[in-house]
Amino acid sequence: TGRQHIDEELYEELEEVLISADVGAEMALEMVERLRKKVKEQKISDPSELKNLLQQEIVALLGQEAVPVKIEQKPTVVLVVGVNGVGKTTTIAKLAHRWKSEGRKVLLAAGDTFRAAAIDQLEIWGQRVGVDVIRHQEGSDPGAVAYDAAQAAISRGVDILIVDTAGRLHNKNHLMSELSKVGRVLDRALPGAPHEILLVLDATTGQNAVTQARLFGEAVGVSGLVLTKLDGTAKGGVILAIQGELSVPVKFIGIGEAMDDLRVFEPQQFAKALFGQEETGE
Amino acid sequence: MFESLAEKLQSTFKKLRGKGKVSEADVAEAMREVRMALLAADVNLKVVKNFVAKVKERAIGQEVLDSLTPGQQVVKVVHEELVALMGGTSSKINMSQKPPTVIMLVGLQGAGKTTSVSKLALYLRKQGRKPLMAACDVYRPAAVKQLQVLGNQLDIPVFSMGTGVNPVDIARGAMENAIATGRDTLLLDTAGRLHINEELMGELKNIKSTVKPHEILLVVDAMTGQDAVNVAETFHEQLGLDGVILTKLDGDARGGAALSVKAVTGCPIKFVGLGEKAEALEPFHPDRMASRILGM
Ligand SMILES: Nc1nc2c(ncn2[C@@H]2O[C@H](COP(=O)(O)OP(=O)(O)OP(=O)(O)O)[C@@H](O)[C@H]2O)c(=O)[nH]1
Ligand SMILES: Nc1nc2c(ncn2[C@@H]2O[C@H](COP(=O)(O)OP(=O)(O)OP(=O)(O)O)[C@@H](O)[C@H]2O)c(=O)[nH]1
Ligand SMILES: [K+]
Ligand SMILES: [Mg+2]
Ligand SMILES: [Mg+2]
Repeated sequence: TGRQHIDEELYEELEEVLISADVGAEMALEMVERLRKKVKEQKISDPSELKNLLQQEIVALLGQEAVPVKIEQKPTVVLVVGVNGVGKTTTIAKLAHRWKSEGRKVLLAAGDTFRAAAIDQLEIWGQRVGVDVIRHQEGSDPGAVAYDAAQAAISRGVDILIVDTAGRLHNKNHLMSELSKVGRVLDRALPGAPHEILLVLDATTGQNAVTQARLFGEAVGVSGLVLTKLDGTAKGGVILAIQGELSVPVKFIGIGEAMDDLRVFEPQQFAKALFGQEETGE
Repeated sequence: MFESLAEKLQSTFKKLRGKGKVSEADVAEAMREVRMALLAADVNLKVVKNFVAKVKERAIGQEVLDSLTPGQQVVKVVHEELVALMGGTSSKINMSQKPPTVIMLVGLQGAGKTTSVSKLALYLRKQGRKPLMAACDVYRPAAVKQLQVLGNQLDIPVFSMGTGVNPVDIARGAMENAIATGRDTLLLDTAGRLHINEELMGELKNIKSTVKPHEILLVVDAMTGQDAVNVAETFHEQLGLDGVILTKLDGDARGGAALSVKAVTGCPIKFVGLGEKAEALEPFHPDRMASRILGM
């Protein structure tokens, strides 16, 4: 914005944009440090280039291209996990819709037997999307649902089975071991399953998402992230801190509550959006 | 909650304590660490800036420099300012002289509104009140059913008109029903919505003008990051909030959203959610929370 030189204030502004996007203070500092180095090395003097450079840094951290969900096995089993209320069940409906539209046969498993009306919620989505849902009673063992669903997926010749799970906070050991058990049960029903474990993160979440990714990773092994609620004003910058520590690719983003509000994650676009409205500073 | 922030501040001030006397440079160093710790706890950047400036001003003042134990004095200052920021004393629900008292819960998607409606209903029943819960979320699949299941578990009545009716009409119907059946407290569950969704924010305004709630509570997830202030500011501007319920504090999020929301709206945090079960609701105590933050 009419700036003549690259000065401290400019670096500080960029750091603040990152912090405001939930990148985290430490990660923001680190990225700005790297930027300083680059500016020195490449003898850059035009302040307007800094934002682009920083965006390149971000893209480099996130990986240049989207990492797709591999659908090679039949059935491919996708387990969806995450803390309470982040958008797991809705994301499952969106994924089912997406894969069904590609001509694949999809089956859902109502693995959240705990939360009030969670099974009904998935069942309504199943009807809307036009895919079957394997369900047990509320309060029953989620492992048993997963096992039955895997068997059904095999016998019905399904291409993709998506397993819903109850929201749980990662610091609750008994709930995390219940989740590990669901993973083991799936493997028993169908060796190699689950083939994909998606951790759903809410873009509104701050630094706690790093711990979520770490602990869900330890409990079940996470192969991809889904970042929901990017239709709001939150930027979801915490995935940079997660990449810094764990390097799990972001595969999809959620941009609304309807079944077609799912997009493949695009690092370039995400990096740009981080600077969205704040880009001009004052 | 907040453990890690407490640890960080403690180790910072342990260094100060060791010295016995505080220089301006020491204070600046401590403030840098306070800033990092607060940001790591998701306190909003602008709130952090103001907070640190305030603390710093007092920390380099005579009250600290002349003290025999300047490190402890700085801790005291940080603690006092934290309590002040979070509201001073705990707060209660505004009850109407003429029943029914109407309480409306609002907030982003998945924050914990429906769960909190049932928790609050149970909490108020324990105080001798007769709550009615109303299912005004006609959008989220099985939202009505969710509230009905919770109502069944607690044996608290739920008013619903299905999902084919305007939420404003449901709220009006619920009000009439509460009066007709002698329920003295009406709790409205509303659909989650983005603060920038004008149509849905308009719906809340219409519910407000129709049933005139005595208490509008914003439900905020304790894991929320920097965006908490945008959300709270907009909900407050559009609806005029009376307070906040901070949910999911049974996790390990440091909960900086609490500080931020209070700082920008001035609305007190009234309750905290500490689990998925109906009993897991407690009144919020700012002083205890500040002590926790500082590990005191
Ligand atoms: N705006 C917006 N809302 C979303 C998005 N994804 C999900 N939601 C909403 O977030 C709320 C919670 O979604 P759910 O799918 O029930 O979340 P969940 O993780 O399954 O929740 P639990 O099972 O209770 O842990 C619902 O109101 C959804 O409509 C999104 O991308 N954008
Ligand atoms: N651990 C924990 N989970 C909670 C708490 N409050 C709510 N939840 C969980 O968070 C998830 C979302 O809660 P809901 O009450 O459905 O949230 P909501 O705001 O009504 O969601 P929408 O209606 O979709 O906007 C559910 O899995 C709840 O069980 C809490 O204090 N602690
Ligand atoms: K949430
Ligand atoms: Mg769910
Ligand atoms: Mg709800």
